[in-house]
Amino acid sequence: MNEREKILARIREALQVPAPPPGSHGVHSAGPVPVTGPSPAGVEARRWLPKVGSSFEEQLALFAKNCADLKANFQAFATWEELSAALIQLREAEHWRSVASHQAELSGRACQTLNLPVCWTDRGYDVREMEPCDVGVTECDALIAQTGSVLVTSRSAGGRALSVLPPHHVVIARRAQLVADLPAAFALIQQKYAPAYPSMISFITGPSRTGDIERILVLGAHGPKKLTIYCV
Amino acid sequence: MNANARQFQEAAQRVTGDLRQRQFIRTALGNYETARDLRKASFQSWESARQTAATTKWQAINHLDTHLQTLAANLEARGTKVHWAGNGAQAREIILGILRDKKARSIIKSKAMTSEEIHLNGALEQAGFEVMESDLGEFIVQLRHETPYHIVFPSMHLTRGQIRELFEKELGATSSDNPEELTMVARRVMRQKYITADIGFTGGNFAIAETGMISITENEGNSRLTAALPKTMVTLIGIEKVLPKLADLALFLPMLATAGAGQTLTCYNTMYGGPRQPGEADGPEEWHVVLLDNRRTELLADAGQRDALHCIRCGACLNVCPIFRNVGGHTYGTTYSGPIGSVITPHLRGLQDWKHLSNASSLCGACTEACPVKIDLHHHLLQNRRNAAVEKPAYWERLGYRIFGIIANDPFFWSLTKKLGRLGQPLHRLVKGATLDPAGAWTRTRDLPPLARVSFKEWWRNRS
Repeated sequence: MNEREKILARIREALQVPAPPPGSHGVHSAGPVPVTGPSPAGVEARRWLPKVGSSFEEQLALFAKNCADLKANFQAFATWEELSAALIQLREAEHWRSVASHQAELSGRACQTLNLPVCWTDRGYDVREMEPCDVGVTECDALIAQTGSVLVTSRSAGGRALSVLPPHHVVIARRAQLVADLPAAFALIQQKYAPAYPSMISFITGPSRTGDIERILVLGAHGPKKLTIYCV
Repeated sequence: MNANARQFQEAAQRVTGDLRQRQFIRTALGNYETARDLRKASFQSWESARQTAATTKWQAINHLDTHLQTLAANLEARGTKVHWAGNGAQAREIILGILRDKKARSIIKSKAMTSEEIHLNGALEQAGFEVMESDLGEFIVQLRHETPYHIVFPSMHLTRGQIRELFEKELGATSSDNPEELTMVARRVMRQKYITADIGFTGGNFAIAETGMISITENEGNSRLTAALPKTMVTLIGIEKVLPKLADLALFLPMLATAGAGQTLTCYNTMYGGPRQPGEADGPEEWHVVLLDNRRTELLADAGQRDALHCIRCGACLNVCPIFRNVGGHTYGTTYSGPIGSVITPHLRGLQDWKHLSNASSLCGACTEACPVKIDLHHHLLQNRRNAAVEKPAYWERLGYRIFGIIANDPFFWSLTKKLGRLGQPLHRLVKGATLDPAGAWTRTRDLPPLARVSFKEWWRNRS
């Protein structure tokens, strides 16, 4: 018997006695335990999670408030021209000299606007070329109002490193990508990708942070020090 | 008393005497509580969320064999290599085997309590590999050759001044006491390591059976980089981390963040489903997932305490525990400290060697109340005490209680004992707290009020 079989055999042996349900203090004798609930915990829990308004305006306002709390820079623009102007302002203010990005509609247009040398990740790249880049520009899969998160995957956002290696991560999103809450975000992932999921799916909630020194918040521990989210 | 219990007692005495340290920990954990309560209040119903989370974990653990097989099959279907380790030694051998096979030299690690549990760093260094912890807190305790102080906040016992001195001594880095500057020192050191390391090593917070994914929660981005740049990725995860459905995370991720650190959501919550897939820009060529038993199945076999395997390692029970707050994390001498550590360590490492931990509790129940998955922690501590006594009875203790029972049940013996007590009490003062005092451990720091000259019964009889 190999180790896998040994472990599984120990588990089956152990599970012959069912455990009492949670909160019963072990006094209640239980029948067989159901394999899962009627729906995933995340779907059932929608009623318990932090509340999100139903209109687009409420959700946008909640997303903006969460971003402000997280010290992420979020702006929604009426037109692409306004967004372009804001990007150029950022480029000038932070003296960007090079950018890392991936070839997709919004990120491509953003790079055109920036007019700087680009390290494209799409077909593989040299990490020593990406590391010195001042900014990583990506698209995303969704923005989540409930938590102020950006949902990215290795497929939608130029791989695994692009959204964490450069010191500033700029996300270009469409307004329609805003979803209400986490259950909606997971539903979107499953609808969009199942069963061939990207090898990495990540919820980014604010710029990289640590509190490991005296529990004092410091931004940019290992990942980006700044997170900018522009939507149009 | 065994060596572990003695070590606990000595360390506890030392730390409780260090008022500065206690104040420091109390302040940090007080701030945590404020932030956590604020986040809890944003839930429509934190209590219902706890119940749903507990029920989900209960179902998952009670069908662990099914979920593990689904998990492994789904991981393997995307090209991940799954290994099964019955104990720590096997897990170390598997990991060392991968490193030798890849002709690796350096390993960058992101935080994993399972690796502390199997003492991986020591084994890797002994085998000649260079290991670097990338989580800032873990990096700091690694430089100090210490174990993590807390399962979520490894370096919370250190002041910025101590960390500056450490960085100066070990890294030759000059910096002020400013936490931001100190963090940037670590950032600079680590950047090069991500790029040059041969192996990226991670733990995992949840394993999703339905889709074959490992979910990792972190704030710093070190795990993201560890899983992005090195050519080979190795993940070590306990078998109890299984959740049935991907969408379960919509509940567990915000609960972990809230209970663990008082955050809405931790900065990076990342689900890995395989090595680099065709058409993707980067990622490891190979991904090895090591599933660790290491006596978890023994805990599983105890149906009454099985819910201790629901633990999501948020650390909430440590943060609110009056014992942890006063004796600190290192006193426990275990990988998992605080109430959850006191519950599971006797199962994982031997009841008789670690039974003293169950007494390091006031049974106040703060831990049970704080637990996001409703583990009945303080009742389990009582159960551990009972199990230890049943397995190895303390005969003198039994004898003592038998004698007490006889005396307390008999009016003659009872009043005789009172009289003797009144006579004996002045004599006790001569030896109070000294080695000669049979109750010395108790009376050293406590006073017994003088027994009343007249008992209530006597007073009642003689009232005019």
